[in-house]
Amino acid sequence: MQLHLPNSAFIGNIDAFLGSFDPSDSGKLEITANKKWISVHPVALSMTAALGLTVDSEDISCEPFEAKSRHYFERMGLFKLLGIASGIKVIEREPAGRFIPLTQIRNSVELTDFIAEMVPLLHLEPIQAEPLKYVVAELVRNVFEHSCSPFGAIICAQYYPDTKIIRIGIADTGVGIKRTISQSYATGKDVSAIKLALVPGVTGTTTRIGGTETNAGAGLFFIKSIAKVGRNFFMVYSGDALYKLLRTEQDRPVRLYPDPDKDKHSEKEKLPYWQGTVVGVDIGLEQEADFTTLLSLIRKAYSEGVKERKQLRYKKARFV
Amino acid sequence: MSEIKLFPKTGSFAENKDIAREIRLNELIPVMDVGESVTLDFSGVDAATQSFVHALISDLIRKYTNTVLDKLLFKGCNNKVKEIINIVIDYMQE
Repeated sequence: MQLHLPNSAFIGNIDAFLGSFDPSDSGKLEITANKKWISVHPVALSMTAALGLTVDSEDISCEPFEAKSRHYFERMGLFKLLGIASGIKVIEREPAGRFIPLTQIRNSVELTDFIAEMVPLLHLEPIQAEPLKYVVAELVRNVFEHSCSPFGAIICAQYYPDTKIIRIGIADTGVGIKRTISQSYATGKDVSAIKLALVPGVTGTTTRIGGTETNAGAGLFFIKSIAKVGRNFFMVYSGDALYKLLRTEQDRPVRLYPDPDKDKHSEKEKLPYWQGTVVGVDIGLEQEADFTTLLSLIRKAYSEGVKERKQLRYKKARFV
Repeated sequence: MSEIKLFPKTGSFAENKDIAREIRLNELIPVMDVGESVTLDFSGVDAATQSFVHALISDLIRKYTNTVLDKLLFKGCNNKVKEIINIVIDYMQE
């Protein structure tokens, strides 16, 4: 496998980064990086770390980072998680107020601890942390419940004080969305499976709208909605497909749709195959709507979505 | 009427579905099975995920129909927790 950390890779321009990923020869990983400056979304780091965990440390070759921004990757814990020496010497600074380093989360106890520790790390007000805690809890639980990955979830985040946006990336190397959704829905393509997983009430655990006693099929819809209300980006990459929610312009009203095709988005197929699922999301800390209002909007859209799904299956008597 | 305090089990952020499942199976269903009422006390819980509330109550609505809501009361909920509970109750009755 080969992965190149480019000069810039955020959700808006991440397609080139994904397109350059080479998943062949899964027994080893080669990491290269731009030599001048590397500025990437946490999702790129989570992907790199998640891939690295699938091979032995001695099978990872990582050329020395030369970019001026190389210290960032040391502080984010990339080399530590991969078990390789970076050769980069940094004076460790208190990470408060800036980032959540790469963390592997494998079970509920680790998740609860992680959530408790991450808010002080970012020095956020409790009210600012609400959507962040929500997103992290739901995304990581999705990994536990659906990915079947022995490595759990790899997550990291970065706070950008100038724009007041937290960028979060989470990756797993599990079975991927298509296989999970295919347990209950006929879907031949990764992109169709991703879009089904974004529809409220759809879960791979049952065909019943509303889900089972433990799964409602709502997690990704909630997270996409949190990004959309904040007019931010959101992406899901699984198998060979990418679904990307694009920003809603400031002069346009925000409307939540149960059908992800109605959102302003881009989608791509035939990308290098990611065995598992990757989610990237940007959350604004100064959103127009507070979290309660946001939940109210989601409630309305969710209800519409479930009604639409049920109407699709509603059958009338046939009189002959 | 019995009362279940959630905060000692969940902390201020109720997200652990395993705990929700335990409460449902070990505390809620036994009370519902004998036709008694129960209050879920969310005092001290600042936020809950939809997944948590779904794991806590959705199966009750499915199992006993929405008449269970006559015997299931919610106490000490802030507006966010109320919204999450309403979302789950709404879609379970659609």
